[in-house]
Amino acid sequence: MDFIAIFSIFVLACFVGYFVVWSVTPALHTPLMSVTNAISSVIIVGALIASAAAGSATSKWLGLAAVVMASINIFGGFAVTARMLAMYKKKER
Amino acid sequence: MEFQSILSAATGGHGAVNPWAAVAYLVAGVLFILSLRGLSSPATAQSGNRFGMIGMTIAVVTTLLTHMPMRSEASPQGNPHDLMVDWISLTEILAAISIGAVIGIVMARKIAMTAMPQLVAAFHSLVGLAAVAVAAAAYLNPVAFGIADAAGQIHVVSRVEMGLGIAIGAITFSGSVIAFLKLNGNMSGSPIMLPGRHIINLGTLAAIVALTAYFTQDQSPWVFWTITGLSFAIGFLLIIPIGGADMPVVVSMLNSYSGWAAAAMGFTLGNTAMIITGALVGSSGAILSYIMCRAMNRSFISVIAGGFGADDSGGGAGGSKEQRPWKPGSAEDAAFLMSQAENVIIVPGYGMAVAQAQHALREMADQLKKEGVNVKYAIHPVAGRMPGHMNVLLAEANVPYDEVFELEDINGEFAQCDVAFVIGANDVTNPAAKTDKTSPIYGMPVLDVEKAKTVLFVKRSMGGVGYAGVDNDVFYMDNTMMLLGDAKKMADDIVKALSGSGH
Repeated sequence: MDFIAIFSIFVLACFVGYFVVWSVTPALHTPLMSVTNAISSVIIVGALIASAAAGSATSKWLGLAAVVMASINIFGGFAVTARMLAMYKKKER
Repeated sequence: MEFQSILSAATGGHGAVNPWAAVAYLVAGVLFILSLRGLSSPATAQSGNRFGMIGMTIAVVTTLLTHMPMRSEASPQGNPHDLMVDWISLTEILAAISIGAVIGIVMARKIAMTAMPQLVAAFHSLVGLAAVAVAAAAYLNPVAFGIADAAGQIHVVSRVEMGLGIAIGAITFSGSVIAFLKLNGNMSGSPIMLPGRHIINLGTLAAIVALTAYFTQDQSPWVFWTITGLSFAIGFLLIIPIGGADMPVVVSMLNSYSGWAAAAMGFTLGNTAMIITGALVGSSGAILSYIMCRAMNRSFISVIAGGFGADDSGGGAGGSKEQRPWKPGSAEDAAFLMSQAENVIIVPGYGMAVAQAQHALREMADQLKKEGVNVKYAIHPVAGRMPGHMNVLLAEANVPYDEVFELEDINGEFAQCDVAFVIGANDVTNPAAKTDKTSPIYGMPVLDVEKAKTVLFVKRSMGGVGYAGVDNDVFYMDNTMMLLGDAKKMADDIVKALSGSGH
């Protein structure tokens, strides 16, 4: 994809982000942070490419280290978000 | 074979992204949008979180399939028929994921809800460091990422993206480490002010920008690693002068940076999932920083410039502090007043969480509800140590979320309520923010507790003041009763008094 195409996606995604995030209820701002933290670890895609590629041993090990770090975030982030969200309960009537 | 054509297409990089992989990444990106959309209400939030997990699984599986580690020593010509899956490499990758999964899940299970800000800061630092590692790996092996020509020269656009990615990643990492140390108490929360820090910071930032520009002309290692080193340094320098009270803003800001770092790497890889996610997370953190700044009546620039909470002189008001009369009260008095009330609004602050009083507080509310009292909770945006923190702490204590209200939704109700029960909060109830132009907190949105018929104010002692170091007129009002003591003990005593008084 050329740069302009990617850049267009980026700009539009910023607008989507703006509107979606303002619609998040303030009561859930902490889970919002932990879940955004988990999804920003989609950077694992780059880490996987680096660790699967041949050609540079250093690059591969950096990739594997990044895979570990991103996985901590992904699993930890989603798990702690799920743990928090499970605590939000309605009044029993 | 179709599978192999997918594999060879995927290694083409920018120019030739496999269309199925591109669609899969787009789906992942859309699922991430839906995961945030779910958070608009606690009722849909859990399904939102699941969308996020599905999106992540799609992104990871797609990457693994399109970038399966291959061995091709058998055929120097690179004939696809001689390519074999490199099982050792694949096992290493899966092992790396498993190690991360175990560490992450254990951390998520064990963490106390009061320590949530530290955990989030620690997670941010990992995103930052992972971004640095990926950018460095891409720099060392650009052909594998499809960002270099045949001669190994990295494309100019990719160099800018890479420079930005590593700079933002490194700033996120070192900044988050400092934020973690301050939040966790390993490092004093008071600001550390270096002489001439504004000059040093601006100079360092200028050097990073200049070097990134130069990097487009010269891709030698010294340029790349100097950018990396300077960026680690600036992250550190930017956060050390920021005081503990401003940490909610800092944590939100670093949240934003971690998103921009992911977006920059997404540009390098031409990956839509990363770009969409980066933009979402970047805007999310930016909006949360804005909300926190507004709630503290601080401008973003003044937070970044740092130094808040440095002067212990206590502002102008502290100088002429005369002894004013105030009314003390006991747990029994409080229990009686509240049991006779029709409406009670509880205003919890971080002091309540520090005293671990949330469960006792909820028991107190349960007792009152049994007596037919209408109980609500009022939350100021900076009641906790990060955005929405107090809501999580109350949810953990089994307070139903539909009894918990935000400042703007409940502020009008204080005038009609019989008792405002303030526990562990101070500055966020100070009417001086509305009336006294000389007060350091003037302009900050506050909860109008003084409008309630009776204010019960739980406080450790009369001596202490809040973060801002200003006295609170509410203490000395005729209709205020001060309940001095530990928040948890006071709440427990009120529960005892309530259950003792019978039905």
